[in-house]
Amino acid sequence: MKAKKTIVLSVLIVLSFYQCKDNKDLQTKDASVTTVSTKSNEKQGQAFIKNDEGKPTVLSIAIGSKDHTTLVAAVQAAELENVLVNAGPLMVFAPTNEAFAALPDGTVESLLKPENKAKLALILKHHVTPGNYSKDFLKKFKQLGQASNENVSIEVKDDDVYVGGAKIIASIQAGNGIVHVVDKVILPEN
Amino acid sequence: MKQIFKISTVFLMIALAFASCNNGKSSKSNSALSSNVAEKVYVAPGEYDEFYAFISGGYSGNLTVYGLPSGRMFKEIPVFSQFPTNGYGYSEETIPMLNTSHGFIPWGDAHHPDISQTNGELDGRFIFMNENNTPRIAKIDLTTFETTEIIEVPNSAGNHSSSFVTENTEYVVAGTRFSVPIPQRDMPINEYKGNFQGALSFIAVEPEHGGMEIKFQVLMPGFNYDLSHPGRGKSHGWFFFTTYNTEEANSLLEVNASQNDKDFIAAVNWKKIEDYVNNGGGTMMPAEYAHNVYDETTHKATSTIIKEVRVINPSEVPGAVYFLPTPKSPHGCDVDPTGEYIVGNGKLSANLTVHSFTKMLAAIEGKKFDGEAYGIPILKFEDVLAGSVEQPGLGPLHTEFDDKGNAYTTFFISSEVVKWKLGTWEVIDRKPTYYSVGHLTIPGGNSRKPQGKYMFAMNKITKDRYLPTGPEMEHSAQLYDITGDKMELLLDFPTHGEPHYAAAMRADIIKERSKKIYSLAENKHEYAAKSDADTKVVRQGNDVHIYMTTIRSHFAPDNIEGIKIGDKVYFHVTNLEQDFDVPHGFAVLGQNNSELLIMPGQTKTSVWEPTKVGVWPFYCTDFCSALHQEMQGYVRVSAKDSNVPLKWSLGDDF
Repeated sequence: MKAKKTIVLSVLIVLSFYQCKDNKDLQTKDASVTTVSTKSNEKQGQAFIKNDEGKPTVLSIAIGSKDHTTLVAAVQAAELENVLVNAGPLMVFAPTNEAFAALPDGTVESLLKPENKAKLALILKHHVTPGNYSKDFLKKFKQLGQASNENVSIEVKDDDVYVGGAKIIASIQAGNGIVHVVDKVILPEN
Repeated sequence: MKQIFKISTVFLMIALAFASCNNGKSSKSNSALSSNVAEKVYVAPGEYDEFYAFISGGYSGNLTVYGLPSGRMFKEIPVFSQFPTNGYGYSEETIPMLNTSHGFIPWGDAHHPDISQTNGELDGRFIFMNENNTPRIAKIDLTTFETTEIIEVPNSAGNHSSSFVTENTEYVVAGTRFSVPIPQRDMPINEYKGNFQGALSFIAVEPEHGGMEIKFQVLMPGFNYDLSHPGRGKSHGWFFFTTYNTEEANSLLEVNASQNDKDFIAAVNWKKIEDYVNNGGGTMMPAEYAHNVYDETTHKATSTIIKEVRVINPSEVPGAVYFLPTPKSPHGCDVDPTGEYIVGNGKLSANLTVHSFTKMLAAIEGKKFDGEAYGIPILKFEDVLAGSVEQPGLGPLHTEFDDKGNAYTTFFISSEVVKWKLGTWEVIDRKPTYYSVGHLTIPGGNSRKPQGKYMFAMNKITKDRYLPTGPEMEHSAQLYDITGDKMELLLDFPTHGEPHYAAAMRADIIKERSKKIYSLAENKHEYAAKSDADTKVVRQGNDVHIYMTTIRSHFAPDNIEGIKIGDKVYFHVTNLEQDFDVPHGFAVLGQNNSELLIMPGQTKTSVWEPTKVGVWPFYCTDFCSALHQEMQGYVRVSAKDSNVPLKWSLGDDF
């Protein structure tokens, strides 16, 4: 009887060790195949959500406009897409291609260079106000605080509104704010 | 001494062996690396889950939406209970949703969500869910994830064998757990036997919009109708209900309802009854029940009280109802994907009973009856039995199916899920659950096309599964991989309320149809203001209607004067946004109901009856924008007899 017990115990011990070995094998084998997938951060974020139900954002309005290809190229070069689809509210003063073309020769080309990304971003942010006001309502303002951390002046001449010297020539309501099309690039003082 | 030494050595060795083994084991179950379990449930940031799971919140009255395999909760959808988070059941538009023939009821006990089907497959259009306590069936629209319809079920009590849909969503079916006097009347309780009845309600679902209407009720003997499922494939056209308390006891049911060796599964040929009804059969009896419908364009619910219902006595339609004897108070009543097998899980039985639909038809054809109950023929147990799973576990409750001919049954008492083979009835695998499992769900597991891959078990008892949170713990669920022969436990996740049952399906169909905004242009709310220019304040006696708008980042108007004590102020707030995921909130100091959460394009109304003179602020409760903290306003409340004129403005002094 006692002998029988001992045998049973031995078998148990052997089995337990066997089981252990088995697990270890499994562990090493699986550890070698473990991979964690990570996604690149490029082209990720709100700007890349497919949404044809809602009102277009300030970004999609710019992208959809044939008069704003330079602005869009600049926004992409500065990687500001995700900012322009943010909850905002955002008021964007969008210079036309013509306005960019009126800058001194070589200015745009220079700004689009990777080494000037920060400078470009600052100029673009100088065209953005946190807010959402119609052209008429803007007449009540003397100045606006821009995302560049500088102010721009508001002037009213007849029925026209000038923002930092640029005239508002059209306005489009966006899902996350408003786009005012302007005839000049508004350059920050610094 | 030597003997003691020897024994100690042996024990020590065993202890060591097990200890080292335990290390190995714990690294297997706790460390992701050793078995890749963590990877199987890991959904990388920004990636989507493969399945939606819609888990009943039980006594929360609501439905929660989860992703599988991650076990992340995405949303709680208010259904039968008021929900201050978004104002459901508090806003003027949604109060009618909770109306019943017993008046406004702020709470419900949600049980069995079931997704609509086309050709026996989940189509992802609607989810139906039953309320157990004050019998109702709700419909949730899976484009908006909102409750859009609730119908009360008259003549029912303890609406438990519900809300399962037929294979083309012809009907959503609601059976009564408690039998009651029909019609309700004042009578002695101990005259239950032979006098109480159980109603099985067939609610027709309009194919295009899903509108519900009670087509007929079958008035059955006074048993308890516990669970049910539709026939599918070859058995489409039938519906099966488990019964207990065929003893017809009215007190101490834990003893008195367990006297009979066998209770019944009731097989109802609803097609036959439908034909009978379409030819004018049945009787319209007086009733009183609410039908509440939410209109997505007016953004408003209406509640209508209906005054009659069509009832059928089974004896009027010979050949429409049969009883299949089933051992020991069966609970779950589940039909396999082929429609051939009907599984009755006898709560108190050691074996699982499986009936054959083919044999049932043959027995009916051969008129081989074993007597009758209240005129309903009883078939012979041996004639309809397909087989039984012998001694699979203790306390069987529910069964679901995979796409490979296997069934999975939960066992409450032995806390486990047992996998067994249809046809051979052999047990293939068993895995513990933590603890005392109720329902289980396999995506599509109660349809013709199970989607397999995962099974999750919803437990009633949590104890040590998570960090303790005082005496009350959220219930636990466990997710298993069922792609192999053996089930593999992947994940524990907490659920909300009492996760009674759940419906789950592949995410692709639902995901594509999910709405992003309500169209402002299509908003037909009678108090909508579609631009700042439409805003106004209108006094009608003591009622003051404020037509208000929200857009990042202001209310229009945001200064309101001329409100008086005794006024009933209606804030009708329209969210002008047309941008995905930009709701605005509304709350005013001293509001006696809840906040409003208004989706883009929607109008919602909150009633405020100010009790104190003063200037009271209101603000946006949802962090909507960079200027959210600026999104505020004031209401001036004057004395009852004051003559402050009604005035409203936005940015006047700027």
